[in-house]
Amino acid sequence: MIRFILLQNRQGKTRLAKYYVPLEESEKHKVEYEVHRLVVNRDPKFTNFVEFRTHKVIYRRYAGLFFSMCVDITDNELAYLECIHLFVEILDHFFSNVCELDLVFNFHKVYLILDEFILAGEIQETSKKAIIERMGELEKQE
Amino acid sequence: MSSQGGWGQSKDFLDLVKSIGEARSKAEEDRIILRELEALRRRIAEPDVPRRRMKEYITRLVYAEMLGHDASFGYIHAVKMTHDNALPLKRTGYLAVTLFLSEDHDLIILIVNTIQKDLRSDNYLVVCAALTAVCKLITEDTIPAVLPLVVDLLAHRKEAVRKKAVMALHRFYQRSPASVTHLLPNFRKTLCDNDPGVMGATLCPLFDLITADANSYKDLLVSFVRILKQVAERNLPKTYDYHQMPAPFILIKLLKILALLGSGDKQASEHIYNVLGDIIRKCEPSSNIYNAVLYECICCISSIYPNAKLLEAAAEATSKFLKSDSHNLKYMGIDTLGRLIKISPDIAEEHQLAVIDCLEDPDDTLKRKTFELLYKMTKSTNVEVIVDHTIDYMININDNHYKTEIASRCVELAEQFAPTNQWFIQTMNKVFEHGGDLVNVRVAHNLMRLIAQGFSEDEEGADSQLRSSAVDSYICILGDPKLPSLFLQVICWVLGEYGTVDGKYSASYIMGKLCDVTEAHLCDDTVKAYAISAIMKICAFEIAAGRKVEILPECQSLIHELSASHSTDLQQRAYELQALLCLDCRTVESVMPLDASCEVLEVDKNLSFLNDFIQESIEKGSSPYIPESERPGMSSVSNFRRQNEASSHMLRFEAYGLPKPSPAHLIPQVSVSTSTSNLVPVTEASYYRESSQASKVPSVTDASSADLGTKLRLDGVQRKWGWPTYSSSGQSSTSSTNGVSHVDGVSAQSRDTLYDSRRQQSEVSAEKQKLAASLFGASSGKTVKRATSTHRATKGNTGNAERMAVSTAINPETSTEKAAPPPDLLDLSDDAAPTSTPTADPFQHLQVLIGATPVDNTVKAVGLESPNLMAFYTDIPSGSRKTTSTIHSAVPSIKKAPLQNDETARRVCVNPTGNNPNLFRDLLG
Repeated sequence: MIRFILLQNRQGKTRLAKYYVPLEESEKHKVEYEVHRLVVNRDPKFTNFVEFRTHKVIYRRYAGLFFSMCVDITDNELAYLECIHLFVEILDHFFSNVCELDLVFNFHKVYLILDEFILAGEIQETSKKAIIERMGELEKQE
Repeated sequence: MSSQGGWGQSKDFLDLVKSIGEARSKAEEDRIILRELEALRRRIAEPDVPRRRMKEYITRLVYAEMLGHDASFGYIHAVKMTHDNALPLKRTGYLAVTLFLSEDHDLIILIVNTIQKDLRSDNYLVVCAALTAVCKLITEDTIPAVLPLVVDLLAHRKEAVRKKAVMALHRFYQRSPASVTHLLPNFRKTLCDNDPGVMGATLCPLFDLITADANSYKDLLVSFVRILKQVAERNLPKTYDYHQMPAPFILIKLLKILALLGSGDKQASEHIYNVLGDIIRKCEPSSNIYNAVLYECICCISSIYPNAKLLEAAAEATSKFLKSDSHNLKYMGIDTLGRLIKISPDIAEEHQLAVIDCLEDPDDTLKRKTFELLYKMTKSTNVEVIVDHTIDYMININDNHYKTEIASRCVELAEQFAPTNQWFIQTMNKVFEHGGDLVNVRVAHNLMRLIAQGFSEDEEGADSQLRSSAVDSYICILGDPKLPSLFLQVICWVLGEYGTVDGKYSASYIMGKLCDVTEAHLCDDTVKAYAISAIMKICAFEIAAGRKVEILPECQSLIHELSASHSTDLQQRAYELQALLCLDCRTVESVMPLDASCEVLEVDKNLSFLNDFIQESIEKGSSPYIPESERPGMSSVSNFRRQNEASSHMLRFEAYGLPKPSPAHLIPQVSVSTSTSNLVPVTEASYYRESSQASKVPSVTDASSADLGTKLRLDGVQRKWGWPTYSSSGQSSTSSTNGVSHVDGVSAQSRDTLYDSRRQQSEVSAEKQKLAASLFGASSGKTVKRATSTHRATKGNTGNAERMAVSTAINPETSTEKAAPPPDLLDLSDDAAPTSTPTADPFQHLQVLIGATPVDNTVKAVGLESPNLMAFYTDIPSGSRKTTSTIHSAVPSIKKAPLQNDETARRVCVNPTGNNPNLFRDLLG
């Protein structure tokens, strides 16, 4: 199960944070700080997995943005690594050539996309097309 | 689609985001956000804010919260927004509340109604929005409010709704399994849904359910296999493909489920073999997602009933992983290798080099994973290399939690596979040196126990070799100035127990070393306590061996220093050591037997061994025990006692009697003190008469009485008043000459005189006439012995309790809540029950001490005292009443009359401890 998803830039600014387990506000800040510190200086050749407390963080860097996902210790690391990539592909498709600024200015859209992709800590939909279609319907309502 | 400002956000909002993006420092960012929040707080409260504007305000609040600021003033507005009929606003409202509100937030109850309404909506987008909120916000309490609605949605025409309904039910199951158990069959239905998305979502709850109970879902195995086959054969819509792989995420989930269902089930596994083989064959490890699926296949293969062909394929895939340049793949390879070696251990050999490479890799994640693998594949042949490597690695770990784990792993491996004793000891030394105080206390206690018990059960030679190599290495290592406290404790203990055993080191040499330890660690009371106890043991062994003990000047000054220590525990140990030095060799030998740390001590709580004695006494004319309740003319004390008893059984409605208890409480201490201090002179004669061994006893008593004297002498006066009060109850009613009645009378005085009476009993049977002739003299004689025995008891106590702590591997700090400082806890490291065992020991040794007595059993009865005493000790806060009743029930037989009386007497005298704990501790150790 996914515990939380973080999007952070290299300076450690949180671009998006979604928690699927209840955490105290102060605890969330601590987690964000620690995860950033864990991933930011890792050699790109290293594994994309870091042990984090009793879980592990799977992260992937896209330009200046780190996508981090905290999952159970028994989960398939590679699968979640690809899950991050699928999410990025969806964002890329939705924003057509996504860049950090898209996510900054439209963070609420990113949340909505994420809600279509992952629900209650589990991947609910893996079809890129289905998600994009759903978002299109929502956009029409605006 | 343009990215910036494309969705009708106002310029204000864009400016805000921009200025945050350009902020140079965290402080600047905070300033901007705080200003923004201030403005929002004002504007949001204005009347008639346009809805569209409000939506943007809420979005800004979300932004502020995301950056770590508190926007709780706006939560209620977000809740209001969920009521809105326009979908975009409603969605924004739901998004905001799911991000804002924690599960136990008060506002959630306001949303439940809206959610209920929205779940019934005709617009499926509204339903979806509501279901997303359900997953986050509905808690155990509110599940019943929405559950029927969510279940209805499982049959919704839109697949998006069905999928979300499945996820919502899964969430309910996670939060409160009981609330949805009757709905679990629904998951079987949705598994057959036409839409692959719904089917894929259903796998999540099913995985959880099967993890919890695989057997109930064995029937689904065939369905899962069929689905897996269809997915692998690309029968799913192309939109589910990812990097040319057909629906890989669904595949992975299915493989996980199959691994569970096939685990240890040969028949089920046979269904899986084929499709697994197909998938592996199709997996061209060209992209990550292929490898992810391949990895999951290997996991599945290692989990289900083994199949040679598949294992071969798995081994091949693993070696591909390991040979890859990618760290990620190497990591996966190490992981799968760890799984496969459980089934076929020789697989690891061909990958040795790859594993070693990973071990030396700078990537810490990979390293850790590799150490985990090494831990799994440790055998007696490779333990040395692995543990050495692990310790080297441990030295550089900063994470304390992980370091502790690694340290205990090393210890575990060393214990399990150690090739030689020497290696074992050296490994443990390294672990302690580098792990420092992070090493679990348990590990230290385990080590002490191992050294004491030895590895091999029948080879005594190997054990003593182990001990001497331990001693050797500890002597060497003691030069190191920075040893962790825990390690020093182990060293002190081992040196004390075994330092002089093989004769390699002289007693004074070891004692000198131990003195150095205490000097180097002035602030560590625990280490000091261990050291002084070790010195005491060495002295005891020397004395017992008939050699003369030379106390070095530094040792002398240590004893001197500790006897004035702030820690009562250290004081006590110092005094005990001094007392021990004055004893003769046979006594010492029985008090501190050589290498007795592992001996099991047993206590006969029923006192059955007294039966003969009582029978004999009765035959000789003493009256049998009459239960208190049947006794006529009870004195005030027994009345009090009875009151207490009564109160423990039923409610009392009358007022408590005020004055009675207090005198009863005071007296016991008194009688103790007098018996020790006043009676000393009389002692010598009578004591010598009975047992000729303890030649130096008087001096011990002197020490003890000096120890106690100051407080107690005063009370001596009271005893004279107290005595008759008590003796009137038992003694007056029974004949005064025989042993039993005597005990009866005396016991009433106090717990401590009880010891006397016990001793009396033994002597009574030994030399009855003498006893009959002079009751007082006899008892005084005993009293002296009691004094010495308490001393021995305490000595034995410390020694034994230490051993106890070791053997039970109980963390001393967690034990008793007594007023004593931590080192003291070390002594009494267990609750009443376990302590009773060690405390009983010294008294057993008394048998030897008293020597002449034919009734060994009776002496043991004395030993029995201590456990109860300890029980009292710990029970003090809860009052003595309860204890009394339990003890009474523990001693049911009429024949044990004297004991029962003693018990009560003790109970009476226990109360003072609450008032004057120090005194009591001095007395009892």
